[in-house]
Amino acid sequence: MTLYSWLQLIIYLAVLILLAKPLGAYMARVYMGERISLDRALGPVERLVYRLSGIDPRAEMDWKVYAVAMLAFNALGLVVVYALQRLQGVLPLNPQGLGAISPDSSWNTAVSFTSNTNWQGYGGEATMSYLTQMLGMTVQNFVSAATGMAVLAAFIRGLARHTTKMLGNFWADLTRTTLYILLPLSVVLAIALVSQGVVQTFGEYRTVSLIQPSAASESQVIAVGPAASQIAIKQLGTNGGGFFNVNSSHPLENPTPFSNFLEMLSILLIPAALCYTFGKMVGDTRQGWALLAAMTLVFVTLLSAAVWSERSGNPAFTAMGIDQKQTDINPGGNMEGKEIRFGIANSALWATATTAASNGSVNSMHDSYMPLGGLIPMWMMQLGEIIYGGVGSGLYGMLAFVIIAVFVSGLMVGRTPEYLGKKIEAYEMKMASIMILVPVIVVLVGTAIALMSEAGRAAIYNPSAHGFSEVLYAFSSAGNNNGSAFAGLGANTPFYNTALGVAMLFARYWLAVPALAIAGSLVQKKKVPESAGTLPTHTPLFTAWLIGVIIIVGALSFLPALALGPIVEQLMIFG
Amino acid sequence: MTTQKTYRHEIYQRAVLESFAKLNPRWMVRNPVMFVVEAGSVLTTLLWIQALTGKGEAPTRFIGAIALWLWFTVLFANFSEAVAEGRGKAQAESLRKARQDTPAKKLRGVANDVQTALSKTEVVSSTALRKHDLYLVEAGDILPADGEIIAGIASVDESAVTGESAPVVREAGGDRSAVTGGTRLLSDWLIIRVSADPGEGFLDRMIGMVEGAKRQKTPNEIALNILLAGFTIIFLVVCVTLLPYSLYSVDAAGQGAPITITVLIALLVCLIPTTIGGLLSAIGIAGMDRMIQRNVIAMSGRAVEAAGDVDVLLLDKTGTITLGNRQAVEFIPVNGVNAHDLAEAAQLASLVDETPEGRSIVVLAKEKFGLRGRVIGSSDEAPEGMHFIPFTAQTRMSGVDFDGTSIRKGAPDTMMALVQSHGNHLPPDLKPAVDNIARMGGTPLVVARNNQALGVIHLKDIVKGGIKERFAQLRKMGIKTVMITGDNPLTATAIAAEAGVDDFLAQATPEAKLKLIREHQAGGKLVAMTGDGTNDAPALAQADVAVAMNTGTQPAREAANMIDLDSNPTKLIEIVEIGKQLLMTRGALTTFSLANDVSKYFAIIPAAFASTYPQLQALNFMRLATPESAILSAVIFNALIIIMLIPLALRGVPYRAVGAAQLLRDNLLIYGLGGLIAPFIGIKLIDMLLVALHFV
Repeated sequence: MTLYSWLQLIIYLAVLILLAKPLGAYMARVYMGERISLDRALGPVERLVYRLSGIDPRAEMDWKVYAVAMLAFNALGLVVVYALQRLQGVLPLNPQGLGAISPDSSWNTAVSFTSNTNWQGYGGEATMSYLTQMLGMTVQNFVSAATGMAVLAAFIRGLARHTTKMLGNFWADLTRTTLYILLPLSVVLAIALVSQGVVQTFGEYRTVSLIQPSAASESQVIAVGPAASQIAIKQLGTNGGGFFNVNSSHPLENPTPFSNFLEMLSILLIPAALCYTFGKMVGDTRQGWALLAAMTLVFVTLLSAAVWSERSGNPAFTAMGIDQKQTDINPGGNMEGKEIRFGIANSALWATATTAASNGSVNSMHDSYMPLGGLIPMWMMQLGEIIYGGVGSGLYGMLAFVIIAVFVSGLMVGRTPEYLGKKIEAYEMKMASIMILVPVIVVLVGTAIALMSEAGRAAIYNPSAHGFSEVLYAFSSAGNNNGSAFAGLGANTPFYNTALGVAMLFARYWLAVPALAIAGSLVQKKKVPESAGTLPTHTPLFTAWLIGVIIIVGALSFLPALALGPIVEQLMIFG
Repeated sequence: MTTQKTYRHEIYQRAVLESFAKLNPRWMVRNPVMFVVEAGSVLTTLLWIQALTGKGEAPTRFIGAIALWLWFTVLFANFSEAVAEGRGKAQAESLRKARQDTPAKKLRGVANDVQTALSKTEVVSSTALRKHDLYLVEAGDILPADGEIIAGIASVDESAVTGESAPVVREAGGDRSAVTGGTRLLSDWLIIRVSADPGEGFLDRMIGMVEGAKRQKTPNEIALNILLAGFTIIFLVVCVTLLPYSLYSVDAAGQGAPITITVLIALLVCLIPTTIGGLLSAIGIAGMDRMIQRNVIAMSGRAVEAAGDVDVLLLDKTGTITLGNRQAVEFIPVNGVNAHDLAEAAQLASLVDETPEGRSIVVLAKEKFGLRGRVIGSSDEAPEGMHFIPFTAQTRMSGVDFDGTSIRKGAPDTMMALVQSHGNHLPPDLKPAVDNIARMGGTPLVVARNNQALGVIHLKDIVKGGIKERFAQLRKMGIKTVMITGDNPLTATAIAAEAGVDDFLAQATPEAKLKLIREHQAGGKLVAMTGDGTNDAPALAQADVAVAMNTGTQPAREAANMIDLDSNPTKLIEIVEIGKQLLMTRGALTTFSLANDVSKYFAIIPAAFASTYPQLQALNFMRLATPESAILSAVIFNALIIIMLIPLALRGVPYRAVGAAQLLRDNLLIYGLGGLIAPFIGIKLIDMLLVALHFV
């Protein structure tokens, strides 16, 4: 890696970690119901929401009630998004007169947006009415993120409180997350992006003359729209569904290196800061830092591999006489599918960050990465979207791994394992195992079904090891609620729409509900006081062990599949 | 030595047979990991039979070898369990001999002496005795059932239960009133009220425990089983989906053959945590067995497990922290009396005092002043002979009268009253001397000659050698020690400081003990304690780990979840260590088992897809000879490692009293890193051996 690559990565991580503490502390105050500076401005709005919906925010819920409220709210969201798509032809705010979307695509998109996956099987501008976009997608961009964070807040309370059944109020957590965290951050980010030239207008598409007119055409239609506001929440809420079809590689969605920096930063901002929130809420910030350290170490390692792989270039290009040497005007390396204004480092950084978190937005095309470079984002998702992960969901997914790690290492020090003073017993192990099992099963079985079925194979454009990677990537993305696509797969078919929709549904709710169940069990337990015999979970040793568990489980689950995809492809290219 | 060898030989012989008996799927299904292996063995065997008919998916010899080694894997796991059980079974059999039906002299009414009782007996079988029945035993009889003595005193041979051949005294009332069925009366007679129905007695429970027949899975074992089942499901999915992946890859690459079922099953068995899955049961049984070897009978596996979690140890001062008895350490004369005179008087007053305290006074006087206890009885020096006054609860003093001289020793208040009642003044330095001793945690005894105070004897509790270091170790383990004593707070403070305990409970009453346990438990702590008396029973029932002395009363033994046959209160510390060892062994082998998988992938993946993607040979950096030898080597290693780890499973991972962080680091290095590296070497060696033997 070059000096500049290093510098950019170091600055990126430094800013991310510097912001984790203040933002994390602020979010902890939001979830603990303490006074915050925005109370004055937004307090009346919050109270109005409660009054209008008849909610008592102080009414605490046990885990089952909390889970039912969460599921009911998401089911409602799913139905609304589905209905909007099916009925948009007869609904207002549809100037283009777009017709109803097919049932399978509507289903896929509805699941995709309520589950915070934001896999896009459709072409936005050509299919969705303004009403669908506004009431469907935009609303879900906020509330699906807020749902994940609410579940996390409940999970943390399960560890922080003791000998009670109550985990908080879902409606209050949902409202407060949206109002005090997601909205203000989105406003700030949107304005910053507009300053960089990201388009934000309700005006019409522009027709401009080409600088180099050709015989075929002299002008081009440039699509515009209220992009900045949607991009802000798309990045912050680990949503990832782009305003434009090519997502953040589009010049009007991501015009400058600075806008690129801001957008990349906001991918990991909330998930990273939530680690500090966690530490704050359980009363031991070291615990939060330990988790953040584990995430960051895995991230940096895989990121370095991705940058190295892309920087090394493609032997096939060498054979074609394409110059892959780095010069002042040539970023060098494998630049296929990457934007010149971002280069190798910022493309690989985005690809790694967007898959580390369950964001799924892109600023380069992952399908064009070297096999190893493509393996990194794929494996990041397969690790379970816990390296930062989705807002909220990433940390509760990580805590499931912590429970497994604590269990085995706790045994090794000769005590019934305990985490933060809570004993880890059969029930927690059952639920944590489900949380780790479900995504693995969904990805592997989904891929297998696709490869066995005619409909699944027909959509593969490159029937080879690379084609295998494309299917595996699609299910890894859906089965971990990421939403990014490898491309090279014609996925907007009834088969893939349905199968990926099911995968997204499983990946989201078969993790969120067991997470709440663990919280519901832990919250009732007594807190065992710490002693010299207690396994410390904030030390470098435990962090290393946690990383080991994550890597081993991730490697053991996916190595055979990866061997038949990116690994063998890499070996074929480099011999 | 020879007998032990044959004894072991027998255990192994029987264990081999039982490994086959345990192949019964209904038994295997209790262990999901090994059940999967057995199913794989059956499948590969069927594939082998298919291959014999000439329609095999792979060379017959290869499938046959895989099937054979998969069967070995199951058998080895069964063998480990059978060996662990075997040790208990041998013990159970000797216990069962003691439990055989014996005639019982049942009473048809209440009796308090042997004459009345004899007139009311009828001889019945021991199985006919029910709870609350009364029976009589006389010298030479085997006790037909557990019970509580209601009359009589006798010596009992309890070797059948404790292995200790010295007889013990049992009597009605007090803390030694419980008797166990199967033991033998050596002298006198006893009238006993039955406390357990047939089949529910202490021996029956013991037999059940050591046999492990009714062994319930413990909470932690269940939790670990869930984790292992989770991994098994993951690997099942990994292997099952590999078939369509392989079919697609063959199609896409346009070469090679899809992965065979045999290889898939081999991969599956190598990946699922068979090492820990196969040994899990043996580890649990061996944990109980280690308790038994230390003469502790745990009433449940749960109790053994809980022992590892103990945060607070409540220890009785007497017998645990201090030697049972106080000893004289100093003579402090008052009022200008010569120390030699005081020692001589004290020694004379103690000559026939057979209590350990009394004897220690005689010894101290001899050591310090060369005084020898003089002849008792009439002599030149004592013509009238010595008349000894024994200690009684009324007088609260003892002493000797001879030659017109009277010497008394006793508790300070009694003695002061004695001196004053004869019109003598108390020396001014007496009271300070007495107070000073009390402050230091000692017991003062005042000595007077002819009702004149001579001085004070300092009796001191002697803290056991090495106990302070033991407590320091416990502190490192994160365990707090609390001393329980009936002494006053002043004495307790001094002894607590000397012994190095973290806390103490002085003037302990049963209520205070119970309260203390509840307080600790409310704070989330696990409490362990020992006890023997009936008044300990409520506290024992409340404690998480409660060890009753075998010499204790029936209520104490029933309230406890462990019984120490040696009646050694210090054993609590060993019990905690055994509990920790049990959990550590599970954790270490789980880590080892999972770490092993990495190498197996490197052996099997390149081999499995060799025909489709020869490029994957780059991953075969162990340079295993052929795809077949690679897969077979992994399977063989996987089976052999179970056998090789049986000793560790039975012995347990050694526990050292260091902090949790250091324990984790050491165990991760050994079992984590070791588990990662060892199979690479093992598989390579087996591969080389297979090549050398021309198997491939």
